[in-house]
Amino acid sequence: METMESSSNILWFEKEFMNRDSWLGPLVKIDQYRWEIPKSFKEGMRVPGLIYASEKLLSHIKMDMTPEQVANVATLPGIVNYSLAMPDIHWGYGLPIGGVAAFDIGADGIISPGGVGSDINCGVRILTTQLKLKEIKDRLEDLIQNLFEAIPSGIGSKGNIRLNEKELKEVLIKGSKWAVEKGYGEEEDLLHTEEKGALSGADPNNISSRALERGFKQLGTLGSGNHFLEIQVVEKIYEEEIASVFGLEKDYIVIMIHSGSRGLGYQVCEDYLRFMQKVSEKYQISLPDRQLCCAPFNSPEGKKYFSAMAAAANYAWVNRQCIMHWTREVFMKTLSASPRDLKMKLLYDVAHNIGKIEEHLVSGKKISLCVHRKGATRAFPAGHKDIPERYQKVGQPVIVPGDMGRGSFVLVGTDKAMKETFGSACHGAGRQMSRTKALKTTKGSKVIEDLKEKGIIVKSANYGTIAEEMPEAYKDVSEVIDTLHYAGICKKVAKLRPLGVIKG
Amino acid sequence: MKRFEIFEHTADIGIMAYGVDLKEVFINAAYGMFNLITDLNKVNKEIKIDIQVGGSDVIELLVNWLSELLYYHAVEDIFFKEFKIKNLTERSIDAVAYGEGYDETRHKILREIKIVTYHQLEIEREHKRWKAQIIFDV
Repeated sequence: METMESSSNILWFEKEFMNRDSWLGPLVKIDQYRWEIPKSFKEGMRVPGLIYASEKLLSHIKMDMTPEQVANVATLPGIVNYSLAMPDIHWGYGLPIGGVAAFDIGADGIISPGGVGSDINCGVRILTTQLKLKEIKDRLEDLIQNLFEAIPSGIGSKGNIRLNEKELKEVLIKGSKWAVEKGYGEEEDLLHTEEKGALSGADPNNISSRALERGFKQLGTLGSGNHFLEIQVVEKIYEEEIASVFGLEKDYIVIMIHSGSRGLGYQVCEDYLRFMQKVSEKYQISLPDRQLCCAPFNSPEGKKYFSAMAAAANYAWVNRQCIMHWTREVFMKTLSASPRDLKMKLLYDVAHNIGKIEEHLVSGKKISLCVHRKGATRAFPAGHKDIPERYQKVGQPVIVPGDMGRGSFVLVGTDKAMKETFGSACHGAGRQMSRTKALKTTKGSKVIEDLKEKGIIVKSANYGTIAEEMPEAYKDVSEVIDTLHYAGICKKVAKLRPLGVIKG
Repeated sequence: MKRFEIFEHTADIGIMAYGVDLKEVFINAAYGMFNLITDLNKVNKEIKIDIQVGGSDVIELLVNWLSELLYYHAVEDIFFKEFKIKNLTERSIDAVAYGEGYDETRHKILREIKIVTYHQLEIEREHKRWKAQIIFDV
């Protein structure tokens, strides 16, 4: 029997960087909000890195070695312009979280599972309503309790939707359309979902039986960790006209839903990370980090992963669509109101862990790119053909959840985003405190108490999660938002304040 | 010697598993991972599952070993607390995992592990012991 003990002092390493305390590489200041990692920093970099951050955020970013990951991504074949980092960037596996990278499909540009993330199409949507805060203030506890009971959430939660294999495969191909056909929502919801809730090219046959198995049990579940459902109030409007087009008005209630593809997505990611390791060798792609394993998009393997990723993305859209449908039902029942009274409309649904095929202008030419957004949101400007008709004049809504203490934002995409970041923006606040530290710092019950004092009701099955998700564990999302706003990448439209939260 | 330790990581969670040999490290890595998921003191040995996985090198093998256990946990709702390794090579492991099905009256799930990641993954031999550092996407 061959064992490792027979080899003397052999060390196996997956070392990804040299110095673990803080990143010491070069950062060239372009302006207050843009920092470049020069191509010369690391051998193999094909393009520079570009980090969007204020000075304050940059010091955090350097502390967890993220610029090294940004530089690593820049070595991948076919990368165009820059390896980009949004202001909420933090260390991930492969691509950092908050990373955006686009690859020229026609020039052997790659697709990488680590560039999308494990929670494929983790994303967020907002429902606007005709309810004013003062009308439902006394009913908030009931609403939160009823939502908590109606929507399966939490670790290991099982969905209430029973499907056979054929139906699950339909979910994976049709996405939100499947849900609407089954009565979970309205046709109009599809118009206001990114990709209309279904990425074309999905192939459930490229999803493993293990992933399917996990998918059966969890359709229509919120999940856990940083997933949530929040009742919020519009606290501030920055752009009146755009807010009006979005249906956002001060003191009115909105509902935000943040969830992803659950266990099916994680399994697809895991399966393809394993699959792609061998494939990178086949295409002689040199990887500074094993988790950047990839294949040319135009290869059979690249297309296989894309089709599986698309299927998982569609599952996530169905998930959010069903949760939204049940949210509408709970509101109607609890408030004894009709759909016409409540007018609960989907403002928009955005994905923030996804790979998309998009056309962008690069050096004056329109080229087809595989754009990876990992912990980053699409932010297309006014006039773009891929955004809903209603928003053509103003631009695409960009939804950025903050933490449950300080609130969230709605922004709009700009031409500058299209020019500089392939129409991409940040996705959230980004963590600044580890989970173990958060657990040592506070208890779930204390967090709930503190938030209650601020007038925020929190309901969760798991106090440990609440502690790990304490507001202070996250960076201040305003700092993140302001960076992109002042850099011209998106424009602030509205600020939302949480009133009630359900966490898994 | 401690079996494992939990360590800080910004958005995720990591463990350092220790052992007198690589077999013990593999066992303690699995034990440590399930300790992140639930209080194993409340888990009995009722179920037994055979686990056989391979890998192109020992790092991949460790990831695949843990991922396989995680898969059974996710799909069959089992917590594993004890592991016996029948055979371990650089590229394969043949083992038995013992545990119990989830009982909501007795077991509390502390967190959900999405996947086992490769990042900062190290397996190292120092002096008289082996150690492995693994980070989980939670």
